[in-house]
Amino acid sequence: MNREEAFTLYRQMLLIRRFEERCAQLYVEGKIGGFLHLYIGQEAVGVGAMSLLRPDDYFVTSYRDHGLALARGTDPRPLMAELCGKATGISRGKGGSMHFYDVPRGNFGGDGIVGGHLPIAAGMGYGIRLRKTDQIALCFFGDGAVNEGAFHEALNVSGLWDLPVVFIIENNRYGMGTALDRASSVKDLYQRGSAYGIPRREVNGMDLMAVRDVLGEAIDLARKEKRPSLIEAETYRYRGHSMSDPGKYRSKEEVDQMMQFDPLHLFGRRLMEQERVSAAELEALDKDVLAQVDDCVRFTEESPFPAPESLYEDVYVRSPYMNMKAAEKDPSWRTALREDRVPESFPAFVPAAVKVEQ
Amino acid sequence: MAVMTMREALNQAMREEMTRDESVFLLGEEVGAYQGAYKITQGLLAQFGEWRVRDTPIAEEAIAGVAVGAAFIGLRPIAEMMTFNFSILALDQIVNHAAKYRYMSGGQIKCPMVMRGPSGAAAQVAAQHSQALESWYAHIPGLVVVMPSTPKDAKGLLKSAIRDDNPVIFMENEVLYNLKGEVPEEEFHIPLGLADVKRAGKDVTIVAWSRSVVTSLAAADLLAKDGIEAEVVDPRTLRPLDEDLIFDSVRKTNRCVVVEEGWRYAGFGAEIADRVQLNCFDDLDAPVVRVTAADVPMPYAKTLETAYLPQPDRVVDAVHKVLYR
Repeated sequence: MNREEAFTLYRQMLLIRRFEERCAQLYVEGKIGGFLHLYIGQEAVGVGAMSLLRPDDYFVTSYRDHGLALARGTDPRPLMAELCGKATGISRGKGGSMHFYDVPRGNFGGDGIVGGHLPIAAGMGYGIRLRKTDQIALCFFGDGAVNEGAFHEALNVSGLWDLPVVFIIENNRYGMGTALDRASSVKDLYQRGSAYGIPRREVNGMDLMAVRDVLGEAIDLARKEKRPSLIEAETYRYRGHSMSDPGKYRSKEEVDQMMQFDPLHLFGRRLMEQERVSAAELEALDKDVLAQVDDCVRFTEESPFPAPESLYEDVYVRSPYMNMKAAEKDPSWRTALREDRVPESFPAFVPAAVKVEQ
Repeated sequence: MAVMTMREALNQAMREEMTRDESVFLLGEEVGAYQGAYKITQGLLAQFGEWRVRDTPIAEEAIAGVAVGAAFIGLRPIAEMMTFNFSILALDQIVNHAAKYRYMSGGQIKCPMVMRGPSGAAAQVAAQHSQALESWYAHIPGLVVVMPSTPKDAKGLLKSAIRDDNPVIFMENEVLYNLKGEVPEEEFHIPLGLADVKRAGKDVTIVAWSRSVVTSLAAADLLAKDGIEAEVVDPRTLRPLDEDLIFDSVRKTNRCVVVEEGWRYAGFGAEIADRVQLNCFDDLDAPVVRVTAADVPMPYAKTLETAYLPQPDRVVDAVHKVLYR
């Protein structure tokens, strides 16, 4: 990894951190509704994984989905707008925090049902095998999902049919408020891969470089040998399960202790020691990222809420095999489009004059 | 026209569509080597190979979820449920995923899949293997729900369902698999959302779908002996509903009976009764009467099973009621 690549990855982690902090603020201000699950503390997993993907690869994740969309390079402005339920949102205000999708970047979300997207990842792997391409699918989920039946069914068929899917447990130690040791009969979750005869590894999810090493091997295995893997990234979320969680199931000492392994701190130190990035440069970068987040908020505030007429849009796909005369009495069919919609694009954010010296 | 069973018609539809489009594939329990639990998929494995005719473990959520994921990236899966009773284990994949991703993503994603298999009562297989679940699926925005009653409809509608870009729940009926009928020999398909008059008549409208069409046609024969000409309207697709054909018939006959194999409580027949009273209020000479399954789990004993299901004589009674006879 050269200096510029390292700097880019650091910037992505920082963008996630600052974006999420601002989200928490907007939630308190009442501008974001519903559930809000923050990715703070888990940045190294998402950024490390996305840095290894090809543009034509796919991924799915749970409702804690902000970090992965940002790490994949989705414009943060429509993401912030989605959180605030605006028409310019990535999902046009229909999804919210738990439902970020960016299909041109292979991002299929954003699933609100614990474990529900694991069989879907297997289906993507099946489709890839059927089409005989060398794409892969990544599937992210929390430690809570491993106890769902969907986990078992998805891993079994992935192992059985040799599907090119990497299953990544983001083990942040708590399924909502229930600690892992109160929920799983096996504490080393990656060992569950042995039940399906698939390669399995654990990795320090706070260490970006370690994540890249371990996932890199799993991705190679999927791409070249069509073998699935189960990777357990041990990480930690600093904030509650969602914004409504006071976190009474764990001690402040535990949180403080885990924050000493902060992924940004760890990778920032590497930048300074190995790439000779100065503290001043990191500070300037932080200012630039904060300016970008400000720009997201400005963009969101200037965006309109969805018009009531859009209520019935995007339920169905217009179909030449449907008797439209009858179907169109239903507004969902009347407004149905033949083609898929792509996320709207907006003029690019111009970063401040932060120079990375080569 | 060729005469064939519904089983053969369904098999032909899949064979033709899999030949026509390489992105169509089939997966489910016993669909390949076993040739199908009900032999609907007979011969397909030999013709298309294991990646396009995939025997799965007994894992309904994986069957449905694999179909959803493959459909998201552009394939056209047909997920066979050995019976729709087992689709309850896969309900989350259909209700929360297949039906909702287009909406939740603001139109970025589509899910061109078919989930098909037998639904409704078979013969003496008791409560867990005999239920009509169409009301559950028809309740969900984002789904298309199809229930054919003849071999021709089965073939023509399944071909449309496979080609359509929406998730289609295609509910067959085990008792109808051996039903014979004429099917065009040339290439054809029947549009989804198109109702059909299965028997013309002027005195009463009977709305029925799937096996209840057969029950209602038998009732119509009994009624004809008595000088009552019933019109049997088969919506064929429950969602979206081609309601105009039903209204046209009711405006002519002024009387309406709805026959379904499902339970009365919150059953799909209530949706039809509601639409008829709202749109044909001035045309009705009697309240809409529903003939349904008994509001209990399906019993095993033959006598009880017969008492549970709508029978032609119960349809005749209902028609007499709306005719005040």
